[in-house]
Amino acid sequence: MNFSEVFKQSNQLCKVSPDGKYLATCVQYRLVVRDVSTLQILQLYTCLDQISHMDWSSDSLFILCAMYKRGLVQVWSLEQPDWHCKIDEGSIGLVSSRWSPDGRHILNTTEFHLRVTVWSLCTKAVSYIKYPKACQKGIDFSRDGCYMALAERRDCKDYVSVFVCDDWHLLRHFETETQDLAGLEWSPNGCVLAVWDSCLEYKVLLYSLDGRLLSTYSAYEWSLGVKSVTWSPSSQFLAIGSYDEKVRILNHITWKKIAQFEHIATINNTKAVVYKEVEKRPAVGSDDLSLHNITIGTTLFNTQSKYEICPPPVQVPVVKPDPDRANPKIGVSTLAFSSDSRYLATKNDNMASVVWVWDMQKMSLLAVLEQTSAVRCFQWDPRRPRLALCTGNTKLYLWSPAGCVSVQVPTEGGFQVQSLNWHCCGETLILLGKDQLCLCYMDTDQEDK
Amino acid sequence: MPESSLVKDICSSSIECRPSPLRQSSQSSLPLHRNYMLSTFCTEKNVQECLSHISQEVSSLGLPPVWMESGGSSEMNVVAVLNCIYDLIQLHRRGLRTLENMEVEQLKSSSNLDYLQLTSTQLKEQLELSKRENTGLLERERQLQLKVKSLQNCLKNEKEEVQKLQNIIASRASQYNHEMKRKEREFNKLRERLNQLLVDKKEKKQAIDVLNNIGRADGKRSLWKTEKTEAKHEGEMYKTLLSDYDIRQRELLLENAELKKVLQQMKKDMVSILSSKKPTLKDDQHQDDDIQADLEEEVFDSSKESVELYCVHAREKLTNSIRLQWRRLKSHVERLDNQGSLHVIGRSKNTDAVSRETHEEEMDRLKLEIQQCKDFIQTQHQLLQQQLSSPYDEEKASLLSDCYMLQEKERFRDEWKTLEEQRKIFERERRNFTEAAIRLSHERKAFEDDRATWLKHQFLNLSPFADSNKPQMSKSKSAFLISSAPEKLIKRPSDTTSPTPRCVPLTSPSTAELYPTLCLVPENRYSV
Repeated sequence: MNFSEVFKQSNQLCKVSPDGKYLATCVQYRLVVRDVSTLQILQLYTCLDQISHMDWSSDSLFILCAMYKRGLVQVWSLEQPDWHCKIDEGSIGLVSSRWSPDGRHILNTTEFHLRVTVWSLCTKAVSYIKYPKACQKGIDFSRDGCYMALAERRDCKDYVSVFVCDDWHLLRHFETETQDLAGLEWSPNGCVLAVWDSCLEYKVLLYSLDGRLLSTYSAYEWSLGVKSVTWSPSSQFLAIGSYDEKVRILNHITWKKIAQFEHIATINNTKAVVYKEVEKRPAVGSDDLSLHNITIGTTLFNTQSKYEICPPPVQVPVVKPDPDRANPKIGVSTLAFSSDSRYLATKNDNMASVVWVWDMQKMSLLAVLEQTSAVRCFQWDPRRPRLALCTGNTKLYLWSPAGCVSVQVPTEGGFQVQSLNWHCCGETLILLGKDQLCLCYMDTDQEDK
Repeated sequence: MPESSLVKDICSSSIECRPSPLRQSSQSSLPLHRNYMLSTFCTEKNVQECLSHISQEVSSLGLPPVWMESGGSSEMNVVAVLNCIYDLIQLHRRGLRTLENMEVEQLKSSSNLDYLQLTSTQLKEQLELSKRENTGLLERERQLQLKVKSLQNCLKNEKEEVQKLQNIIASRASQYNHEMKRKEREFNKLRERLNQLLVDKKEKKQAIDVLNNIGRADGKRSLWKTEKTEAKHEGEMYKTLLSDYDIRQRELLLENAELKKVLQQMKKDMVSILSSKKPTLKDDQHQDDDIQADLEEEVFDSSKESVELYCVHAREKLTNSIRLQWRRLKSHVERLDNQGSLHVIGRSKNTDAVSRETHEEEMDRLKLEIQQCKDFIQTQHQLLQQQLSSPYDEEKASLLSDCYMLQEKERFRDEWKTLEEQRKIFERERRNFTEAAIRLSHERKAFEDDRATWLKHQFLNLSPFADSNKPQMSKSKSAFLISSAPEKLIKRPSDTTSPTPRCVPLTSPSTAELYPTLCLVPENRYSV
């Protein structure tokens, strides 16, 4: 495992191009494009203001930089650095900006979600979509890039519009049976749209591509409902994480619940492996405290840690959330399937330092990773069943069915890993700190326990 | 008359108490016939005795005597007698009175007794009744207590439910409040923006500024939005859906086929297991027939596999037969279990002993084997240790080192020697052959040249002017130059067919002369 040197970035804006060759990072108002393998700077672009959002187009030829405060979007071309494009939303403001799947249209959501403007870079034409809904996830593109689903709200009712991304033709427009639609997501095969209600009502609706309601699922009433929803990459399963600390799995044939995963505080399961991160503080002798050592020695403060396997029963640390606050820190907020759909990683918010890994073939708990501090981010390797996670300290943690390992990120000055992203080929990890980034190159052979 | 009966009674009773002289006479009749009393007590004969008897009796009663014996006169004192009679009558009356009183008392007491008995039975009944009531009440109380407990539980549950609902309400309320505040904030922002827009003189319009239009991603030209395109989109959408359903249906078909295969396999296995148990079970005659039928069914089924298995009936038949087989297998296993336990419990000791004996024999044999293996390993280990730890004697060591391989080493050495020799011979021969090949090519070339020259000469000699060239015929003209002979030999071995009279120097020696110079042994001699 090799680590590259540390580069500057701002706003956690650091993305690898879809073809995997380039790495784009934002430093204040500059956009830096590097080559992924050599990390040489290939292009440098300057925007008019601090960049709030940056994204690659699907063909890796263009990058959009959105500056929400000024209502501007600038598009840069990798092939022709002299090419420029600036979209000014004027007084109407800008809240979010994204590419269309063909990489030639930009969808800007105006302030107050008044409308969605579709700018075409081919024809400079503009289209408007009215009444978009301001919710957790109101727009989703299908994976093949053909269709876009948009949540709308008119006359206190929720609607979903399905557009054909080719020419933005409205294919279907139907009302949904939700009280307050919170999000929608296409299944990976593009044939089913999952729509879920806000946390005040547990309701997940499944619509077919042509707008027919296939099924409704509601696990219980009254208590706070759905917190997170995710599809498995094979489109076979829909995992729903809710505020009652459970994950329910629906199957794509009957849309009924086939499994329920509970996150209990005392783990008695003998088949699951519980890894507990244990820190080993290096012993500091009095003669070590020379000035030389202190100035160099961030190693003094970089505690080593390793994983220990705890035999059951294991007590998991639970933090009770404040009952008076809205959106309480309880319930399953993060769900992620591995790329082969064999594993599901979950995080329960009132057990924030624990990541649970479930085996989808046996529908049971496979591993539990207990960290020393709250887990900030975890992501599966896009090629193999390997999970990388970080907790905001200077270490990187990797889990695979063979075992679990904790790796210290070897940078001077302490690099706190706040989020991470896998490269699309699965050999490189991009670690993001507060205003730094570092790349980690993996070897193909596995780690040991 | 009551008095006379009473008198009779008294008399009878007094006479019975004291034996009297009259007893003998009246003994037989007196106790039974009271009515005869007065007439038979005193007769004319026994007046005196009667008198004395009566006076005794009277005096015993405490009255003044009626008759004194000293008088000698047989005449009674009438006054005394009358007094006596009067006293006796008084006594008698008193007695009667007391008797009445006593009878009254007795009646009273008997009525009291009856009354008391009645009351006691009544009270007993009441007691019974009240006891029953008491048990009934106790029972009711118990039931009520149970009810109270269950109601308390219900109350607790309801309280918990209420608490939970309150919590839910509280969380929903906080959620609503939060949402409301958010909406209010947004509304305020909107208002401010509206105000700002009203105030703002110039409105910044939306605009896009592109250097040049870029082509579409797929390179095609964009189409106008027409009904045709709309229909095409609809068509594509339905195609996507249909293909997805198709894929799913195919997967499900495959899965179904696999599962059916597994079920068939299971059925076959179960049938085979059950039929193999045939000789051990005597009471399975009817089952054997079924098994046979099943086997035939098996054969039958597999023949029309592909079509029938998709039919509902065949599916049901398969699942039913699987269930049947499974039930049979289960009952068979249970039977075996029972038999096994029976064997353990009720069988004769002989068989037990035999089985145990064989078992123990087996164990002993295995133990022995293990021991032997262990000993073997031990000896091996010891030898190895010896080998490693033996004192380092150089001479001996050098002699003994590789002593096991000595023979083989010798053999290898000899073989190596022979191989070396052979290799040398081969080398030599190869060199010879190459040299011979080279020579051959030379000679061929020389021959060709000679032939060429000869032909030339012949041709030239055909002309009338070619006489002077004849002596030069013996000299062969080779294309080689002596100075650069070795290289040229190697370089132009293929150049045999082309006669090159141009490069032939005039003073070239003959090939025969060349051979000794080049130390080549000519293998063939061409006669030019």
